[in-house]
Amino acid sequence: MFDWPTFLFSLPLLGKALLITLQTSLLGNAFGFVIAILISSMQLAKMPLLRRLGGSYIFIFRGVPLLVQLLVIYYLAPMFGLPNLSPMVAAVMALSLCSGAYIAEILRGGLMAIPSGQSEAAHLLGMSRPAILLRIELPQAVQSTLPSLVNELVLLIKASALVSVVGLADLTRVAQNLASSDYLFFQHYLVLAGIYCLINIPLTMFGRRLERHLERSLA
Amino acid sequence: MSLSLSPTNAISAVPAENSKIAPIIHLSAVGKRFGKNQVLANIDLDVHHSEVVCLIGPSGSGKSTLLRCMAFLEEYDDGEIHIEGRLLGWEIDDRGHRKHAGRNRLNQARRNLGIVFQQFNLWPHMTALGNVTEALVRVRRLPRQEAEKKAMKALDKVGLSEKAKEYPARLSGGQQQRVAIARALAMEPKIMLFDEPTSALDPELVGEVLAVMKQLAQEGMTMVVVTHEMGFAAQVADSVVFLDQGSIVTRGTPNEVFRDTNHPRLRQFLQNYLDRNAFWHTTPEKTS
Repeated sequence: MFDWPTFLFSLPLLGKALLITLQTSLLGNAFGFVIAILISSMQLAKMPLLRRLGGSYIFIFRGVPLLVQLLVIYYLAPMFGLPNLSPMVAAVMALSLCSGAYIAEILRGGLMAIPSGQSEAAHLLGMSRPAILLRIELPQAVQSTLPSLVNELVLLIKASALVSVVGLADLTRVAQNLASSDYLFFQHYLVLAGIYCLINIPLTMFGRRLERHLERSLA
Repeated sequence: MSLSLSPTNAISAVPAENSKIAPIIHLSAVGKRFGKNQVLANIDLDVHHSEVVCLIGPSGSGKSTLLRCMAFLEEYDDGEIHIEGRLLGWEIDDRGHRKHAGRNRLNQARRNLGIVFQQFNLWPHMTALGNVTEALVRVRRLPRQEAEKKAMKALDKVGLSEKAKEYPARLSGGQQQRVAIARALAMEPKIMLFDEPTSALDPELVGEVLAVMKQLAQEGMTMVVVTHEMGFAAQVADSVVFLDQGSIVTRGTPNEVFRDTNHPRLRQFLQNYLDRNAFWHTTPEKTS
């Protein structure tokens, strides 16, 4: 039923693919977080133009399927006579832009929950808008939305399975290749599922520990 | 900190010659509307150096709004507010229209102001020390060590140097408010504005905050205080201003205002306060 030699043979390949998956999804999440800070604060800005820009960003990047975003980004550059993006760059770009939209909405919720008096006090003490965001508001927003943020990270790792469409040898693509070479579909996909599941364990633990750490400092 | 409740110990009224010096806060014909609702109308008010002014009045009388206008947290629509001779919040352009002053100009004027809010508004993710240090580092650009030294001094002043490492959630309301006062004081303001600083506190904790404010007054800080603590106003204020429905009804020394019989609304307001705070309506019978 389970072909152990094949499994052992596939491990180094899957290991390499795991690195690709982690690289794209973690980079995508990191850049996405930066984008999210910008977009969520734009949405909460006073200027109507900024609010509208932030809103449009979320409308587009949350509304278009990630798969379609990947394809558009990958095939966009050649349209303008530019050289092709490397699959890795295209994949990280698409994941960043997409997760940026989702994380922005999570952060917006966290930011809105902070009593306005806190930024008022900071403002009166002469702190600049960026300083208030980074020093006063963001730490609290991250803390209160941490479970959702970890959730988003987990979702993104799984969604990164889509990057295989631009030819990136991530976990899913490598498992597919293996399966189509020896027809052990069930076995390879079962292993694939297991690996995705295992990635979550350290993530969940990290999230829990971070939550507890923040809780202790504020208890 | 020294705490004295005897009225004779309260600081003396502003010296007469002081009134000839330009006031540190000058309001002329200030008006403010929220939509069609006129919340402040034609407010004239001068606050001189080292003077303590208490704003009293029923809720909705506009006293908090007036205080917030003095920091330009609310934009006033009419009249002018000058802090140390500088117009606050607005600039007059070539055609005589008013427009918002640039951020630098506004911050320049606010540099002299320290504000304490009813809800403390401490930052919960920072320790007491962190709260006081933050603006010294980010705004005054002091090196962290120097900033912390200064912050500790401010905390010491409000009697909380031992709580420096505590987070706000671990402090009582009174302690939180004293940290908020220290945070404002650390920036070395010339004027302190207090917006109902004791209204959110348990009655038992009001005293410690008032004691700190009283000490500040005795040290010569210029203070504007919106308060419901008539005892504090009576003991500490140089002048008391009674507002009702967005206008100043009367003002004077605490003695003048609290003994005033000319203004029925003021009498009613004070009587209400007395009734609410009365322990008994008749003298208790002496039991032998």
